[in-house]
Amino acid sequence: MSRRARGPGPLRRLQAWGRSHAQQCVAALGRMAGQPLGSALTVAVLAIALALPAGLQLLVTNARDLSGGWQSALDFSVYLAPETPLADAEALTEALRTDPRFDDVTLVPADAALEEFRSLSGFGEALEVLEDNPLPHALVVRPAAGLDAVAIETLADELAARDGVERVQLDTAWVQRFQAILDIVRRLTALVSALLAVAVIVIIGNTIRLDIQHRRGEIEVMKLIGGSDAFIRRPFLYGGLWYGLAGGFVSLALILVALAALGPPVSRLAGLYGADYTLAGPGAAGAAILVGGGAVLGWAGAWVATARHLRAIEPA
Amino acid sequence: MIRCEQAAKRFPGGGEALAGIDLQIDAGEFVFLTGPSGAGKSTLLKLVALIERPSRGQVIINGQNTRRIGRRRIPQFRQGLGMVFQDHKLLADRPVFDNVALPLVIRGVGHREVGRRVRAALDLVGLAGRERQAPLTLSSGEQQRVGIARAVVGKPPLLIADEPTGNLDPELSLEIMELFGRFNELGVTLLIASHDVDLITRLGHRRVMLEAGRIVGDNGGAG
Repeated sequence: MSRRARGPGPLRRLQAWGRSHAQQCVAALGRMAGQPLGSALTVAVLAIALALPAGLQLLVTNARDLSGGWQSALDFSVYLAPETPLADAEALTEALRTDPRFDDVTLVPADAALEEFRSLSGFGEALEVLEDNPLPHALVVRPAAGLDAVAIETLADELAARDGVERVQLDTAWVQRFQAILDIVRRLTALVSALLAVAVIVIIGNTIRLDIQHRRGEIEVMKLIGGSDAFIRRPFLYGGLWYGLAGGFVSLALILVALAALGPPVSRLAGLYGADYTLAGPGAAGAAILVGGGAVLGWAGAWVATARHLRAIEPA
Repeated sequence: MIRCEQAAKRFPGGGEALAGIDLQIDAGEFVFLTGPSGAGKSTLLKLVALIERPSRGQVIINGQNTRRIGRRRIPQFRQGLGMVFQDHKLLADRPVFDNVALPLVIRGVGHREVGRRVRAALDLVGLAGRERQAPLTLSSGEQQRVGIARAVVGKPPLLIADEPTGNLDPELSLEIMELFGRFNELGVTLLIASHDVDLITRLGHRRVMLEAGRIVGDNGGAG
């Protein structure tokens, strides 16, 4: 009696708390295993709900990677004033290369440009007539990946304002269209992700709600013999966590299966276009986000259900 | 241990289950609460266990006024109270051991300590060695003993029971009551509601008689 009046020390209490968590964590898993069919169905629905936004996200990532192959479409040409000495052009090239907003800066000296024009244009003989090289030095500039249309345009304006730069040629319409499409898909992904996250919370919340109703008698007994709200809530929270975690793993498996199925034909198609392209997977970070996100959503769903329904159960 | 001052309970839409009673039960007493059905026995026990709160008056348990115990502190309050029910309220999907261990698990008692105390409690109620059985494989009397073991495993100073022998034949009822008597000898205060007048008269503890929500008799423990 006197010992209880003083209460256990903080270390003892921490131990007791940890033990209680461990027990209820494992017990929740055991209960799931006790109803394999019902649990499997719930996990399957969760996995699909999680796999959809994850798949869309992968689609966006892959589209962006693929657009890396079209990145030359975002290149723009900077033509220098005709009388600019080659040394100045080289200096400008060096200066731009240190700017992180450019991925690549290539100098095309006037002579090289003329040579290229001569061999490609078919006007070779006509050009022989010219005494001077009419072409200016030019720079081919590739903006850093990830810059949006506005940033690229600002960049072009900045370059155009530089001394010795005569003209900047930029196909902004194409850049803007491309960025706009990516933007839409990205937002769509965010929207679908948010909706399906809510769906996951609702699904798990409903599963836990049914579980609470099913175990109403047990909850009453727990309350009668002094189980605290936290103690009674804990197995349900762990239940939600396990559901979410399992759903996350299965959705990851679904995505990997889909990638394995789509990978070879995509590579073959890319091969037909002469490109070397393979589908990118979610990667370790993506997998962790998917599984971890599932677990967090599961916990959240269970929390919503317990907050709403556990309090209503009182022994009478 | 228990003090009621003008404690009354009126249920919404119903009559007055308790009409303002005064009752004092000291630590170490063994008290039977008796009277016909609907007299207010269960209601009084519910006030003691904080399952219900008095509409008027005070119920003071172990120096704590139940009015001042907030919802969040009820679990802690109930941990200091052993409760036995007519329908046992055992968890059918768990073995005897887990049922008896529940109050200790709730408090986060260590694994080894739980085993030791559960076995001691089962031994006390005469169910040593039955810990792995499922409650439903036991007889009604044995199930009630499991319920009692669960009520006493946390060593509460106060034990309350609502018709603990309601479903038992006279012989088993006597056994259960004698079991309660043993706990009383160990210093536990007992408050037991029962309408089995023959049995409790024979046992000769204090009897408080309720009728229509009022105390109509209290022999003060004399015969």
